[in-house]
Amino acid sequence: MSRAKHNHRAHNHNKEGFKLEIRLAGSGGQGLITAGMILAKAAVLTGRLNSVQTQSYGPEARGGASRSDVIISSYEEIYYPKARKLDLLLAFNEESYYKYIPLLKEEGVLIVDEDYVPEVREKNAVRFPFIRTAKTEIGTPIAANIIAVGFIGGLIKVVGEKALKEAVASSFNEAFREKNLKALEIGYRVGSKQSDRMRLV
Amino acid sequence: MQDKGKPTLIQGNIACGYGALAAGCSFFAGYPITPSTEIAEFMARELPKRGGKFIQMEDEMGSLAAVIGASIAGAKAMTATSGPGFSLMQEHLGFAYMTETPVVVVNVMRGGPSTGLPTMTSQSDTLQAGFGPHGDYCAVVFAPSSVQEVFEYTVKAFNAAEFLQTPVVLLMDETLAHMRERFVHPPADSIEVINRKEPEMPFAWFKRFEMTPDCISNFSAFGDGYRYHITGLTHDQMGFPTAVSREVTDGLEKLRDKILNHKERFTYYEKFMTDDANWLIVAFGTAARSAKQAVIEARRHRMKVGLLQLCTIWPFPDELIAELSRNIEGIVVAEMNMGQLIREVKRACPRKLPILGANRYDGVLITPDEIIHSLKVVHGNKER
Repeated sequence: MSRAKHNHRAHNHNKEGFKLEIRLAGSGGQGLITAGMILAKAAVLTGRLNSVQTQSYGPEARGGASRSDVIISSYEEIYYPKARKLDLLLAFNEESYYKYIPLLKEEGVLIVDEDYVPEVREKNAVRFPFIRTAKTEIGTPIAANIIAVGFIGGLIKVVGEKALKEAVASSFNEAFREKNLKALEIGYRVGSKQSDRMRLV
Repeated sequence: MQDKGKPTLIQGNIACGYGALAAGCSFFAGYPITPSTEIAEFMARELPKRGGKFIQMEDEMGSLAAVIGASIAGAKAMTATSGPGFSLMQEHLGFAYMTETPVVVVNVMRGGPSTGLPTMTSQSDTLQAGFGPHGDYCAVVFAPSSVQEVFEYTVKAFNAAEFLQTPVVLLMDETLAHMRERFVHPPADSIEVINRKEPEMPFAWFKRFEMTPDCISNFSAFGDGYRYHITGLTHDQMGFPTAVSREVTDGLEKLRDKILNHKERFTYYEKFMTDDANWLIVAFGTAARSAKQAVIEARRHRMKVGLLQLCTIWPFPDELIAELSRNIEGIVVAEMNMGQLIREVKRACPRKLPILGANRYDGVLITPDEIIHSLKVVHGNKER
């Protein structure tokens, strides 16, 4: 039994289509795999986008390098599931900034936590105190990942706040839902102001 | 539970769990191991709700033993593990081949040998999945490459195991197991579910391992009233040990021929842009995704490349390689090991063609660029 595919839609990359390659990087325990999962889930929940999320982490439960790749595409198929040339890089620590900045496209957007990645020279860089904001506004640094999800969602626009809310609400149980929805809202509001930085190709 | 028909984002391991439930799995025994643990977690959560049983055993040997027992008692049964656990299961896997017990064993590949790279991807158990236990037998191994395919091939693994009365190994890799991707649960009535062939004759006439034209015997669950014996020793049609030359030969040939007689039915693959291809990539699992990307990118540079994605790895589809190699000038076999499947491709290719591996074995998913590089090398060799 077999399937044969030839010249199907996915290969005719028309002008309206786009493919976004996003990498969220930091250290284990910062919730970046969860963040990637929620971003990808929101994209799929729109019903018009395809998304794949993959991850890379060490055997430790906390600490060690951790990263999550999300590809969001308007095309039917996403073949290679990892990010290659980044449209967007989120770095939660200095190490991941230095490690992945060479992969950022020339017009790509860099987002860093300004308290942990002090010096960035890229023109298209956005600095925001994710972890500090999580502490002061939500009462826990853990929510920084969902602020980042909102921030990225606001910046890339294509996913929309409704799908993001649905993805957050369905990913946390009662006890954490409200706090994370609030974190999402804070991030989305700030991120939307940066949306002119993103060019979809 | 999954909303049927609505696209959602789920992990490969979870899709495996949904596939097992859709196929009618009612028993799971296992021992947690990265990167397969989410399958056990899912089954522990979902099976009891449906009247099924989940047992966490003391180790992987015990796990497969429990699964074999459940299957002989009539349940559709599965276990899931990764490299080190799969090695421990080999003895009982051999017992299941010998006793013609339908079981599904999921092996989510990570780097090896030994404990290797627990959180990183690999395809280095490719040969082990086909030839792990000692003795002569014919393994059936399926390998999906996307979350949707994981669901599909888990169902197919159960169907093949039940139809052929043999273990079926579902070979995944860490990337696929942990990858989250769009998934649509197909409507239940669209899913083909096959059950094992059961006896209808009077009790006295029943032979559990009866020689039949297609080599498939009737399977009666223990306790149903039909009497037979089960042993790992070479046995006669009633299941009792034998060393009579004819019975030994017939028994072993039955194990092989029941698979080979139905090989075409259970050989799954996808041809991707092979119609006009001069160059062929052969790959499976997540490496096939990198290969598809490589095909598209190579074609932008006017190189006519196609991909044969194997979804059945064992028994190896020699006929497919022979058919596709007819108009081909060279082959690249892309795999995340030091070159395991390439041996089979070379053996099955009837023409003298340049066949080169694109290999990666550092725990990272092979990239389209690495495959394109190997294509260029094969291309260059041919030009010279």
